Amino acid sequence: MVQLSSNKPDTGQVFTRRAFVIGGIQLGLLGVLGGRLAWLQIVEGQKYKTMADNNRINVKITAPARGEIIDRYGVPLAINRPDFRVLIIPEQTNDIEQALDNLQQYISVSDRDIKKTVDQAKKSASFIPVEVRGNLSREDVAKIEVNLPDLSGVITDSGEKRNYPFAEATAHLVGYVGAVTKKDLENEEKNPLLQLPGFRIGKSGLEKQFDTLFRGQAGQDQVEVNVHGREVRKLDQVDSKAGARITLTIDAELQNFTQQRLSEERSASAVVMDVHTGAIYTMASSPSFDPNDFVDGISIEQYEELLANPAFPLNYKALSGQYPPGSTFKVITALALLEAGIATPRTSIHCPGHYNFGRDKFHCWKQGGHGWMDVVTALEQSCDTYFYKLSTELGIDKLAAMAHKFGLGEPTGIELPNEASGLIPDEAWKRGRFGEKWQPGETIVASIGQGYILATPLQLAVMTARLANKGHAIKPHLIAAINDQVASYSKPEKMDVNQRHMELVRHGMIRVMEGRKGTAASKQIDDKDMRMAGKTGTSQVKRITRAQRLAGVKNKDLPWKDRHHALFIGYAPLNNPQYVCSVVVEHGVSGSGAAAPVCRDILKETQIRNPASTEIVV
Amino acid sequence: MMSRLHDPHDWLYRLRQFNIGLVLLIALFATIGVLSLYSAGGGSMDRWANAHLMRLVLGGFILLFCAFIPIKWWYRLSYPIYGLGLLLLLLVEIKGQIGMGAQRWISVGPIRLQPSELMKIAVIMALARYFHTIPAEYAKRLHILIIPVILILMPVGLVLLQPDLGTALMICMASAGVLFLAGVSVWLFIGGIIAAASMVPIAWQFLHDYQKQRVLTFLDPERDPLGAGYHITQSKIAIGSGGLSGRGFLEGTQSHLNFLPEKQTDFIFTLWVEETGLAGGLAILLLLAAIFGYGYYISFRNKLSYSRLLTLGLTINFSLYAFINIGMVMGLIPVVGAPLPLISYGGTSVLAVMIGFGLMICTNIYRDSKLTRM
Repeated sequence: MVQLSSNKPDTGQVFTRRAFVIGGIQLGLLGVLGGRLAWLQIVEGQKYKTMADNNRINVKITAPARGEIIDRYGVPLAINRPDFRVLIIPEQTNDIEQALDNLQQYISVSDRDIKKTVDQAKKSASFIPVEVRGNLSREDVAKIEVNLPDLSGVITDSGEKRNYPFAEATAHLVGYVGAVTKKDLENEEKNPLLQLPGFRIGKSGLEKQFDTLFRGQAGQDQVEVNVHGREVRKLDQVDSKAGARITLTIDAELQNFTQQRLSEERSASAVVMDVHTGAIYTMASSPSFDPNDFVDGISIEQYEELLANPAFPLNYKALSGQYPPGSTFKVITALALLEAGIATPRTSIHCPGHYNFGRDKFHCWKQGGHGWMDVVTALEQSCDTYFYKLSTELGIDKLAAMAHKFGLGEPTGIELPNEASGLIPDEAWKRGRFGEKWQPGETIVASIGQGYILATPLQLAVMTARLANKGHAIKPHLIAAINDQVASYSKPEKMDVNQRHMELVRHGMIRVMEGRKGTAASKQIDDKDMRMAGKTGTSQVKRITRAQRLAGVKNKDLPWKDRHHALFIGYAPLNNPQYVCSVVVEHGVSGSGAAAPVCRDILKETQIRNPASTEIVV
Repeated sequence: MMSRLHDPHDWLYRLRQFNIGLVLLIALFATIGVLSLYSAGGGSMDRWANAHLMRLVLGGFILLFCAFIPIKWWYRLSYPIYGLGLLLLLLVEIKGQIGMGAQRWISVGPIRLQPSELMKIAVIMALARYFHTIPAEYAKRLHILIIPVILILMPVGLVLLQPDLGTALMICMASAGVLFLAGVSVWLFIGGIIAAASMVPIAWQFLHDYQKQRVLTFLDPERDPLGAGYHITQSKIAIGSGGLSGRGFLEGTQSHLNFLPEKQTDFIFTLWVEETGLAGGLAILLLLAAIFGYGYYISFRNKLSYSRLLTLGLTINFSLYAFINIGMVMGLIPVVGAPLPLISYGGTSVLAVMIGFGLMICTNIYRDSKLTRM
């Protein structure tokens, strides 16, 4: 046995020296690790802390309550109602379709909803609840709650849903909200609100016009999430701020009354406005639709039915319906003639029932004629010949200027989307539009509000108001207050029109109702203090053929679509006008027969309710 | 009368030589592991901490067992153990060929054994055994190195076949440490390093895709922040967000919200420093320094070449685990699947490290033994 313990000094020295080298390296590496640790934690610590927080903190947007719309008395027109929903959490069910089948035992769930739910569940993380359907009744909710043990993964909650208490009556005016479309998202890419499930934005009417005001400010929930995005706890909360509440100048009850009255006709619209302020009290269009159907998305069948209706229930006729104003336009022609000095109060024209101009023969509506007419009687009896003849001296441009002065031919600027501008033709327009010279015969047609001229019921109301208020250029408006801030409008400018001339025209309008031969003499309001002045209008939709004229075909016997539009403009009370009302009954055959009674009933109700007498309270 | 305490052949004397200080340091170090796993389990012992504790206790017994086996026996068994380790590696390789992909363990009843972990110790033992009989001045001669190089390359080759580059490199580095201590010419090491560096481009060709990926990700972690770089980025965020004093025990958001992957195994250091900050991190580094230091203390007290080489070889081996793991989670070196021994959850590394410490203590207890050539 040879002992080989190597304990020679030399060997030991080498070992010790080298051991120190390795020990030194180890210490050095520990130092590097310590340095690296200090670098990460101290020097860059704040940066990494922020990154860690970004990892774990998720900011969840909470939807603000949509601003409400109320009428001048505070009656709600658009509100948010609690909406009970049933949702399902996919991860808490073994088989989502089976779970939905079970649910069907208790409440009705359409196959469409089931398919939608299953599809949605596949797209999102399994712990995110998926809406099965909304609009549950309290009984439905109770049924689900009681049977929850059988319904694994099913939960109920209550959200908010836009509701329009007046439904049809304010459908066009208030509009409706609907789901955010792809296009909406593209328009507002950066707005996180639009990405909230179930978020609704204004699609028409005031809901569209003031959408951004109604939306309010989103709240924020800061939640801690794990790596899969599941919420672990809530860290911080910033409450959402509800959108603005808008008070309208509208009188909802009057609007409702008007809607009812209009619905007696097949298709009609009406505007009631304050002559001094331009405040709109009523602006209705019939037939209408239920905006509540649109909130959750209207079914295709329902929508197609609305589109197929020949009376176009979706159109806001008071705002965007454009009609030849017919004889209601004669108030403008009369004023233009008087202002131009072509007609004076003493100017008398003989009406034989027609007017010959060159080779053309222009018929007065009254066969056999009116006899001798001055400006007042011409308005009273709506004699066409008087205006035919004098307008040849006037020319279209002067007529157009007067029309523009009274608010025709351009949008009134009311706070609503899709307002039609109407049309007041003149020589330049004709050249631009057709490249042709204006024909004097066209001025004759225009003088009685036919031909190219188009006006909306709203424009007719503005026109009438400017006449009734002694020539103040009021502009229509709907907004009375936003939140607690009462809206203020600048005083309307006084227009440069001779008061005496306007007096004459108003006199003519009084005679329409009061005169023995007034076109609407039998349609006066029965209350003496509420009597109104007005002007009838009957505008041709289709040219009356010579054959028809000879055969004596009655307009009311034509197909509905070919019948004349019936128009009426009126103001009341007689001596101290406060309200104007314009009415258009589409294909109503005659202004005095169809439109005047509607206007009478509305103006009477308006004066009974007298919305102008109450201040806006916010 | 000679006291029993001074009689090297009395068991009481042996007991007194037992390095209770080292065991206390190890216990302290392992406690950090239990605490971290308690936190990783979401404030519960049940998930990982209890099992880890059980393994530590078992490892403690193995440490005691190894420590009290006379060093003579270890010395004599060095080559047989090496041979056994090689055999096990071969077995894994054969099984791996039959099965799919990389297989690094063999199942012995309920225990999964990674022979490569044990091989690290076996190689050190064999090299220590070899150089025990070779004086430093002879070690400088080249022909002396033929056998050690074969001893090193056989297991390295087998581990590379698994393929486990990290373990292969660790075996190389620990072995190089032993050779260096044994007195092999410094020039050989310098030459070796140069040769290894020039081999890198060639070795690159032989790397698996995931290994290339790891190296590339290491060079630029932001290259693919959600893919391969994700782990290291999240780990750095977790460590950095700990700051000076940490987020608080059980309060680490990165680990508790599962942004941190593998938080109970390879990234346990990250969890610990996220929650305890620089203070906790430095505590680990200081404990490591103390444990290393203890290794040098034991080694320097010893006069037996075998014992000295073995002890320092094992110290180097242990330090390599720590450097690689901590360096990796802090983004200093590429991601290699290396645990932080005694702290990471996992059986084999506890077993291997405890055997190593047992052997170190054994060299101390039997430092007056006489080793004879077989």
